[in-house]
Amino acid sequence: MKTIEFYGAGFPYHPVSELPGSLFVLEGTDGVGRSTQITLLRGWLEGEGYAVSDTGLNRSPLTQPGLDAAKSGHTLSRLTMSLFYATDFADRLENQIIPALKAGFTVLSDRYFYSTIARDVLRGADPDWVRSMYGFALKPTHVFYLRADLPHLLARTVHGAGFDYWESGMDIRCADNLYDSFVAYQTRMIEQFDRIAEEYQMTVIDANQPIDDVFEALRRAIRGLITQEGS
Amino acid sequence: MLPTNQYPGKLIVVEGIDGSGKSTQIDLLTKWLRRQGRSVYFSEWNSSELVKSTTRLAKSEKLFTPTTFSLLQATDFADRWENRILPMLKAGVIVLADRYTFTAFARDVARGVDPAWVRNLYSFAARPDMALYFSVPLDVAVERILSARAKIKYYEAGMDLGLSDSKTTSFRLFQQRIVDEYDRMIHEFGFTVIDGTQTVQNQQKMVRQLVRKGLQGWEGLPNPAVVRRKSWRKKIEEVASTLNRRDEQ
Repeated sequence: MKTIEFYGAGFPYHPVSELPGSLFVLEGTDGVGRSTQITLLRGWLEGEGYAVSDTGLNRSPLTQPGLDAAKSGHTLSRLTMSLFYATDFADRLENQIIPALKAGFTVLSDRYFYSTIARDVLRGADPDWVRSMYGFALKPTHVFYLRADLPHLLARTVHGAGFDYWESGMDIRCADNLYDSFVAYQTRMIEQFDRIAEEYQMTVIDANQPIDDVFEALRRAIRGLITQEGS
Repeated sequence: MLPTNQYPGKLIVVEGIDGSGKSTQIDLLTKWLRRQGRSVYFSEWNSSELVKSTTRLAKSEKLFTPTTFSLLQATDFADRWENRILPMLKAGVIVLADRYTFTAFARDVARGVDPAWVRNLYSFAARPDMALYFSVPLDVAVERILSARAKIKYYEAGMDLGLSDSKTTSFRLFQQRIVDEYDRMIHEFGFTVIDGTQTVQNQQKMVRQLVRKGLQGWEGLPNPAVVRRKSWRKKIEEVASTLNRRDEQ
């Protein structure tokens, strides 16, 4: 990364002077095909000779067991969920992403903290409070927003993992059944994402397209960015 | 950065480094207020069930960074705030807290996190009506802790900061940093400073005086176990009328 910048104070106790790797983030609501694209990008980048590391949400060894337990018992409130997810994100950033960037890896992140902001704000969190909380976050090399509309999301969900309690926003009872709640919740999520994508200057990729076309669009953009970084 | 307490209850907190004697004082205060027939709720730092397993894992495996330590503690506190402290304050109870957000401000900043960042993190919690800071010279506190406890734990000693290979030295250096942070907060948050080198009785006398003054003219939620029948009805009617007023709003 040519310049190391944080959204706020970063990690003052642990200054980083050089991060030779690049950090690319794929954002978007559930079911837009982020993980499929990451697999494809990884294969391509490795073929080009780049060392790739991928990372996703709630995979931190620190918080995963606790988060799973809390989610299954539905004991997380809006506030504690915000804080718990921020803990998870900080752990992955400090212990996985930054070390990989230091070692010169190209890091592909399946989401970053933007999704968490969207979700928290929909649940009534103070937008400024959440943004300041993520003041420790490193600014990525580039962020792509995979944007799919509701009909496409619905088709992917039905033919994918099916309706999920959290992804349908059932914890805030958008409606009294999973389907209607999913529709209401994801509609609002798309609105939130559109706003956040603009705020954080993400590149919007039309994820209604077939997988190969999305991949091609991502590949073209990333190729340009990597050449720039390397020059 | 903490909003003023707007709830009917009163929030009184004690702060100070380990070994400052604050827990002894708040324990005596709690019992004194209960004996007076007050509705009292006591709350301790680090006691929520929500993140207990994660904290235990992180401590035993030494997984914490200053930021994740700070965020997990905030999660723990938020759970306690929402499920224990806030309902009690809304009900008109005196909440006594052994350590509050200031403990996080002191320890986390001593670990190197940004002071403004951690203050924002806790901005969902109300500012106490009274914050008593028990000030003792570092040597006194360290001596009390070292003689009372068999072993100081890794994070307690601030070993994660790499200040010293010796736990005792590290503990002392870490506590000094915490004291420096507390000192900075005396003015920022208007702490009432209590001299923790005085006798327990003298300190308690002063604490009771301060609390008595702070509660003057304030009733709070009546306690059914102590109120006489006649005044009980009157008091319950008062509570009922505040509830009605709230419904109308």
